[in-house]
Amino acid sequence: MQEICTFFENIPPLALDVLWLVAVLILVIAYITVCALLLVYLERKVAGFVQRRPGPYEVGPYGILQSACDAVKLVVKQIIKPAHVDPGLYFLAPILSFFPVLLLFLPLPFSRLLTGMNVNLGILLVLAFSGINVIAVLLAGVSSNNKFGLLGAARGVSQSVAYEIPLLLSTLAIAMMTGSLSFTEIVEGQGGWPWQWNIILQPVAFVIFIFSMFGETNRLPFDLPEGESELTGGFHTEYSGMGFGLFFLAEYANMVVVCSIATALFLGGYKGPFLDGPWWFLAKSWTLLFFMLWVRFTYPRIRFDQMLNLNWKWLLPLGVLNLLATAFAMKFFPVVANFFGFGGAA
Amino acid sequence: MKCLMNVVLYVTDIAKGLWSLVVGLAITGRYALSRHKTVRYPFAVVAKENTETFRGPIELVGLPKDPSTPKCISCMLCVQACPSNCISVKKQAAPKMTPEQQKAFDEAVARGENPKKPAAPRNPAEYHYDFTYCSLCACCVEACPVNSIRFSHELYLAGTRREDFNMDLLARLKRTAAKDAQKAAKPAATDPATTTAAVGAGKATAEEATA
Repeated sequence: MQEICTFFENIPPLALDVLWLVAVLILVIAYITVCALLLVYLERKVAGFVQRRPGPYEVGPYGILQSACDAVKLVVKQIIKPAHVDPGLYFLAPILSFFPVLLLFLPLPFSRLLTGMNVNLGILLVLAFSGINVIAVLLAGVSSNNKFGLLGAARGVSQSVAYEIPLLLSTLAIAMMTGSLSFTEIVEGQGGWPWQWNIILQPVAFVIFIFSMFGETNRLPFDLPEGESELTGGFHTEYSGMGFGLFFLAEYANMVVVCSIATALFLGGYKGPFLDGPWWFLAKSWTLLFFMLWVRFTYPRIRFDQMLNLNWKWLLPLGVLNLLATAFAMKFFPVVANFFGFGGAA
Repeated sequence: MKCLMNVVLYVTDIAKGLWSLVVGLAITGRYALSRHKTVRYPFAVVAKENTETFRGPIELVGLPKDPSTPKCISCMLCVQACPSNCISVKKQAAPKMTPEQQKAFDEAVARGENPKKPAAPRNPAEYHYDFTYCSLCACCVEACPVNSIRFSHELYLAGTRREDFNMDLLARLKRTAAKDAQKAAKPAATDPATTTAAVGAGKATAEEATA
């Protein structure tokens, strides 16, 4: 025992950091894999139930092994490189789309202790690195020498760039309220009960966040970069095997990330009515994920101009107005409160 | 005033649009919780009342008194009516006269009478139907003067070779008649297989549906 303790004391702090990071990354990859498998299964089950059929039920009890079989199929499938693609960019794109996602999981506050990396600029980190996904979509579409890929990439870029702005504005409102960009501090600023969550003070920001969440993750009703019925798969038309699998994983991982962010920012994160902990975080984020799946099988895909109109003409002005209102409230509420003698708030 | 009205209309329009999103979610949510409309096919089949409007391959209708022989009179109208030449019918030959009959016949002819040869039976000797060419157009059903053809309600057809769909309808009629007779003989009998699958209001199994 003594030896083990001295062994750990003798490790230089840098090496400890590296060890910690490696452990966290392994955990993150495991969580992403489990999430993807579960989400694929849930997605097909939700699709089935909404369409009044059972969904997958043959493989394993209630079909729970279906997504594992799908994963095995994806892994062993041959990766076909079509003629005249740009090989470097073609193979870089899926990697570029998946690897930033690992980073996005690091600052997520699963609980007070269970945070990969407690950075004080967590929101900024997530928003900055989620932008890399846009580059991946662009590279995939441009390099794969396919008209559908190119169209999908063009749509993906204009959509993601557009929806990032209202997403930023809504998170900015929260950051202004809390005065911090760290997820842990934002969660700590909220209470356990639903009426102590930020969603009560910032309902408009929450709605904007939910709308742009779908736009950011290319999910239906905003899945125009893929658009199976018109673009045969959009930017990943020419990808097979794990090339497609990485895009797939990245999409699901991005869904988990945005839902986790929404949980942390608006729904009280790991705080709950009874016992604070990661279970509350998981329960809330998975409820949101379930909502995303539900929405997918409820609404049809909207037209591209309608989607951009919704963003530029509605969400963006609404976000700016909400930010202004938040700023005014932050500035004047203490003054008014002091004036009437019930200060102390905000 | 008109301007104000427009603003009100605009806002209510947006509110209605947002509310429609909730309505949509409610509908899919209700559907998700409601009973499934599909059946797990190999283990269960849809209820019989749902297949009654289904046009399967044609089948022959038996005589009311003798369900194993068809009403068909071998008139060949169905063969001619069929646009895809799916149907081939062979008439029955007249039965050969026994030596005594032949003798009586010859004598009658010799007496200057006009005796009648024994007539051929009216129902066909063979009735073949190639379902692979059939477009289920119902021309044969309409052409039949004695209503001896109807659509079966066979939903679950499967075969490993195309010859499987070259059907001998006379044999089929005999099979179904035998089965019906068996069923009529013991009406209360419950096959253990029939109790396994209960779908909707009606009960049916794969075996029953293909019968």
